[in-house]
Amino acid sequence: MDLTPIWLTLRLASITTLLLLLICLPLAWWLSKGRSFFKIIIEAIITMPLVLPPSVLGFYLLLAFSPAHGVGKWLHDSFDVQFVFSFQGLVLASVIYSMPFMMGPIKSALQQLPSSLAQASYTLGKTERETFLRVLLPNIQPSLFTAMVLTFAHTLGEFGVVLMIGGNIPNVTRVASIAVYDSVENMDYSAANTYSLILFCITFVLVIGVFIFNKTQAKSPLE
Amino acid sequence: MISINIEKKLKAYSGQQWLKVNREFADGSIIKIYGPSGAGKTTFLKIIAGLISPEKGIIKIDDITWLDTSTQTSLSPQKRMAGFVFQNYALFPNMTVREHLEYATKDAEWIDRLLLIGKLETLTAHKPEYLSGGQQQRLAILRALAIKPKLLLMDEPFSALDHQMKIVLINDLKALFKEMGLTVLIVTHNPQELDGLCNGELEINAA
Repeated sequence: MDLTPIWLTLRLASITTLLLLLICLPLAWWLSKGRSFFKIIIEAIITMPLVLPPSVLGFYLLLAFSPAHGVGKWLHDSFDVQFVFSFQGLVLASVIYSMPFMMGPIKSALQQLPSSLAQASYTLGKTERETFLRVLLPNIQPSLFTAMVLTFAHTLGEFGVVLMIGGNIPNVTRVASIAVYDSVENMDYSAANTYSLILFCITFVLVIGVFIFNKTQAKSPLE
Repeated sequence: MISINIEKKLKAYSGQQWLKVNREFADGSIIKIYGPSGAGKTTFLKIIAGLISPEKGIIKIDDITWLDTSTQTSLSPQKRMAGFVFQNYALFPNMTVREHLEYATKDAEWIDRLLLIGKLETLTAHKPEYLSGGQQQRLAILRALAIKPKLLLMDEPFSALDHQMKIVLINDLKALFKEMGLTVLIVTHNPQELDGLCNGELEINAA
């Protein structure tokens, strides 16, 4: 039994979650401050993967990053980076595909904090950055945890996007969801069942973890 | 000397109203501000602190221009450093009583003195959710004082205090304001409660 697809999936989900945390924290903070037409457009683009068929997203990523032309060719020629049929490509696709799951809870939590919290910090002479790190961020911890778990769990289950841009290369892009599909195609139901059961258990534990964590945090400190 | 001349458009159920204030306050004066709900009392304080921008106006503190819409000058709230006591206290849920004050100042001696004035010296490790309404309100006042501002803006600062605590705290604050040479603007719905504290008043009526 080859467990490489499971390890590859966990590695992909961990890297994606970490990258999205770094990207979404400042982005969600910026988006939560006021509304403008430009911000609405950005939000719509971030939300698109929620409603777009994964294969459509994967198809466009495949076209965009193909080393034969355009951006993909430039990246390949200039930096020797290839996103198509590589692990980097899976990370890129996962970051785009899972972004709404990280962005949503963080942005919503920041918007629900009373504006007077930040204002009080400003009147104490604190910068916006200091206010974000020491006042706002510590007070959205439950939502931050939910966002991270949702992103991790969602990345575990990716199939369409990953298959389109990464294909099915053993030890490189053959993640667990693709290994399940591949095993079923080869009539190896035992392997398919093992992969599925491991994914089911990991996801179940994560979701239970979110519920338990949020239950202990049920009384908001702002109440 | 604090010189304020501002005009701000307010949204109201009955349509648009204008908040217009043109006043000067001497250094060290303690002014009570009153008027009907929705007249713009809180907005007035936030304009002075730099948290809201008016359509038009000038604010000068001791010849330093904080705001001049004609030259598009507007100092940030961080540069104005006006102490502000929010109506909803705006305490930080993640910080203890002492951490609130340490966030505002590094002066440990000053923090200890403030804790004594606010009668919070035994509650330094408590977070706001474990404080009563009156204790939270006192902490909000102490936090605003911690930065040793020249101008203190207080929005309904004594509303959650019982009568006895209010009398004691007002007396202590009166002495402290005098010692610090603070100019204080206090919004209240009950002007009589500040009779012994204030030496001036401003009625706000949006038109």
